[in-house]
Amino acid sequence: MSKIHVSTSINGDAVEYLCDPSETLLDVLRNRVGLTGAKEGCGSGDCGACSVELDGRLVCSCLVLAAEAEGKEVSTVEGLADGEKLHVLQQKMLEHAALQCGICTPGILVAAKALLEKNPDPTETEVRYWLAGNLCRCTGYDKIIRAVMDAAAEMRGA
Amino acid sequence: MVKVNLWGSLRSATGGLTEVEVDAKNTGEMLKALAEKYPALDEIIEGGVSVAIDGLIYKEAWFTPIRPDSEVVLMPYMKGG
Amino acid sequence: MVTEYKEGAAGTEYSKRDFKVVGTRPPRPDGVDKVTGRALFGADLTAPGMLHATILRSPHAHARIVSIDISGALALDGVKAVVTSNDFVKQGSSGNQDTLDNCMARGKVFYDGHAVAAVAAVSVKVANEALKLIKVEYEVLPHVTDVDAGMLDSAPVLHEGRKFRNIPEGNNANVSGYWEFGHGDTDAGFAKADIIVERSFKTAATHQGYIEPHATLATMGPDGRGEIWACTQGHYMVRDMAAAFVGMDTSQLRVTPSEIGGGFGGKTTVYLEPVALALAKKSGRPVKMVMTREEVFRASGPTTSSSTDVKIGMTKDGRITAGQAKLRYQGGAYPNITAMLGAMTAFAAYDLDAVQTLAWNVLTNRPKQAAYRAPGAPMAIYAVESVVDELCQKLDLDPIDVRLMNAAKKGTLSSYGPTFDEIGLVATLEAAKAHPHYAAPLGPNQGRGVSCGFWFNFAGNTSVSMGINEDGTVSVIEGNPDIGGSRASISMMAAEELGIPFDKVRTIVGDTNSIGFNDVTDGSRVTFSVGLATIKAARAAIKNMCGRAAQVWGIDADAVDWVDGAAVPMGHNAGEFPPMTLAEIAKDSAKTGGPIAGHHEVNADGAGVSFGVHLVDVEVDPETGFTEIKRYTVFQDAGKAIHPDYVEGQMQGGAVQGIGWALNEEYIYGEDGKLQNAGFLDYRIPVASDLPMIDAVILEIPNPGHPYGVRGVGETGIVPPLAAVANGVSHAAGVRMTELPMSPPRILAAIDGAK
Repeated sequence: MSKIHVSTSINGDAVEYLCDPSETLLDVLRNRVGLTGAKEGCGSGDCGACSVELDGRLVCSCLVLAAEAEGKEVSTVEGLADGEKLHVLQQKMLEHAALQCGICTPGILVAAKALLEKNPDPTETEVRYWLAGNLCRCTGYDKIIRAVMDAAAEMRGA
Repeated sequence: MVKVNLWGSLRSATGGLTEVEVDAKNTGEMLKALAEKYPALDEIIEGGVSVAIDGLIYKEAWFTPIRPDSEVVLMPYMKGG
Repeated sequence: MVTEYKEGAAGTEYSKRDFKVVGTRPPRPDGVDKVTGRALFGADLTAPGMLHATILRSPHAHARIVSIDISGALALDGVKAVVTSNDFVKQGSSGNQDTLDNCMARGKVFYDGHAVAAVAAVSVKVANEALKLIKVEYEVLPHVTDVDAGMLDSAPVLHEGRKFRNIPEGNNANVSGYWEFGHGDTDAGFAKADIIVERSFKTAATHQGYIEPHATLATMGPDGRGEIWACTQGHYMVRDMAAAFVGMDTSQLRVTPSEIGGGFGGKTTVYLEPVALALAKKSGRPVKMVMTREEVFRASGPTTSSSTDVKIGMTKDGRITAGQAKLRYQGGAYPNITAMLGAMTAFAAYDLDAVQTLAWNVLTNRPKQAAYRAPGAPMAIYAVESVVDELCQKLDLDPIDVRLMNAAKKGTLSSYGPTFDEIGLVATLEAAKAHPHYAAPLGPNQGRGVSCGFWFNFAGNTSVSMGINEDGTVSVIEGNPDIGGSRASISMMAAEELGIPFDKVRTIVGDTNSIGFNDVTDGSRVTFSVGLATIKAARAAIKNMCGRAAQVWGIDADAVDWVDGAAVPMGHNAGEFPPMTLAEIAKDSAKTGGPIAGHHEVNADGAGVSFGVHLVDVEVDPETGFTEIKRYTVFQDAGKAIHPDYVEGQMQGGAVQGIGWALNEEYIYGEDGKLQNAGFLDYRIPVASDLPMIDAVILEIPNPGHPYGVRGVGETGIVPPLAAVANGVSHAAGVRMTELPMSPPRILAAIDGAK
């Protein structure tokens, strides 16, 4: 089977790859592009560990075909920090000890960033429902929710 | 002599007793003496046991001293998560 | 609150002190890697020339393997190796053989998903195509998946002819374990009771549900030397098992632990690692294996399901006169001790004159259970705490007052044998009673549940090594995978003992060749045992540094003390010298005798037991049977919280796993013996929108067995939620719930049944 040539942008960098028609964006990010920040927890869109943004839209990269990234902009957890400077969300996750094992953390960060881009002042309930697609088995979500609320407040300059 | 409390299901190995006495100054001697006195306990001890002395649980330690008035409890080997 | 102990008493490591680093909340050393995506987990590593391997799994719940023909798979382009049980070495111990047989079925398959063969190929796609070309002839056998059904004489026998130890007459051949615990005369105790409640309970099997599927990468050269990279709770365990299964010396196999994406007990055994190693050996190429989520559900974990009868007698004023529990657990097709742990923990929270617990483990056609956070205790304590709650309800007594009246304390003969030393149950109950949550008003259709919980906590074999660097910093190597922030707490204890700032210490988890042996990260043992070994390794380094200072000063080494990170003369008689700091001593170490290091190896004892109390308010919708958690507060004795954030995290995470167990999570088997919900969509773990904040109240009743008073905190938190939520739901719904999970259909059926 012949491969598909894809030209896309990942975290602002122009990237080209060849992929099988059946390969997912997650497979390509992890296995062809070398970005292993997005994790595969289920492969069925249930856990959110593979969350990335595709043209600003939050998606499970395990449910997106790699070929669909043609001409689009992909943002992953690797693109959150600006050089040495962590994103406010990353900083708040650390300050609130909002991770234990850390496997869900990349997906939660990408999802939370997508939320705050749309809604800079979410209620606790809005944060909880937005992140309902991102499973965390370690923390009970308490410290994650606090970290996201605190990051939102700081980003608003509150 | 030290008194050793056994967990209930070991009664079948001791002729119905759940408290037995053996001569021992440490845990290793105690386990050896138990296995000699009650051969049916040998396989269980070989398979792994814990010993609680005065409330503290020791796994697999032969040289933990036992005083004659110590509370000694033979316990199954435990694994956690 | 702090209790004083006599220094030097038997088993006493603890002495009171003022902490500078311990008890603060610094950011974790591995944090930046984990928020930037840099941290490497099990599936994140690749190797040049790497193959991918996948596993052929049984479609049957129970079958004899008549033949396996791998020739078709081997003939496929891109296939480099195929293994079956024939490629592994027979094991000396039944426990190891069971683990090996679970990795690769030998003779029989015991459950839907049991591994039968594995293929290594140039891609996952080719490996999966090759699996379809393996011909397995099965003789399908009758199966059993329910615990009570497995005990019936009519049940199909899993292991024909295998003799299990100490099984009383009258049990069928599937009973692989039987245990009794307790003391006193329960008949006399029940005779003294004003009221007796007797009830039966069932809990479903639940999965640990770590978000990271099992993953490994193995290599092995023609020289017989191997390397494994794996997400595991214990890389020494992986080394010992994998080496034994393929038949090599442990020294020739180095195992490096990846970052681990959750474990909760489920990664305390091997599934893929020996298989990947055997394939690497056969193919001469690195082999990577990653489970799918479906495989994780079908073939790893879960915990046991249970069926329990509890009988408790009480006087009118709330004193328990006797307690009895009969616990029947199934944990799949191989023997395990989870029922035993249930029997030991069931009544641990109570000071009883008469108590008896009997436990049976039953083999069934389900995956081999793996430890899950306080294994055995949540189900047993759920049953006991439900009956205690019902007694309180019937006698119109306050559930916390009744628990306080009957609480185990120092000097109580525990229900599992030994007499308790200093424990924190009473303080924990009092904290719960005094908390505003307990007095808050409840709305319509709401109920409040209370439960105690208990876990032993384990210690065990531990090695720690630390180097004092010439720039005054310290490098610590431990050998226990960091599953929830332990590198932070170990660095904190090293900094505390050495008297230097936290950020001068870096702790890593070494591979199996770095330091001596370490038991698996289990039993809430790491902060206790690794902490203890770290403190003692630091003390060894301090002794060395005091000796260096003594040499420089020309005084006796015994005349030097270590205060606030510096050597100081002990009193005026020793001489007048300014303090010599760790950095100063380290800088000149080459001139004063060479590198300075400290290490400590111990089979640690003295892990203090831990108690917790949970309070929950629930609201049950009488129309739908849906339960909402309105408010949740956890109270737990941590001994000493080294890093309070991560202690709270353990308490909150344990509580939420328990909430999932109580309300949603369940292994569902069809009549065909196949697992019907092998995915996160149908096996629903709690999500953020299911929950309120989980308030965590840490109590500190020091453990005499640890220099800083630490008790393990990782497991106790999952124990109380089952009963706490069940008691809350029972009050809200007006009917006693006796089966978990309390899914909406079960709650509706119970409400309808009570009408």
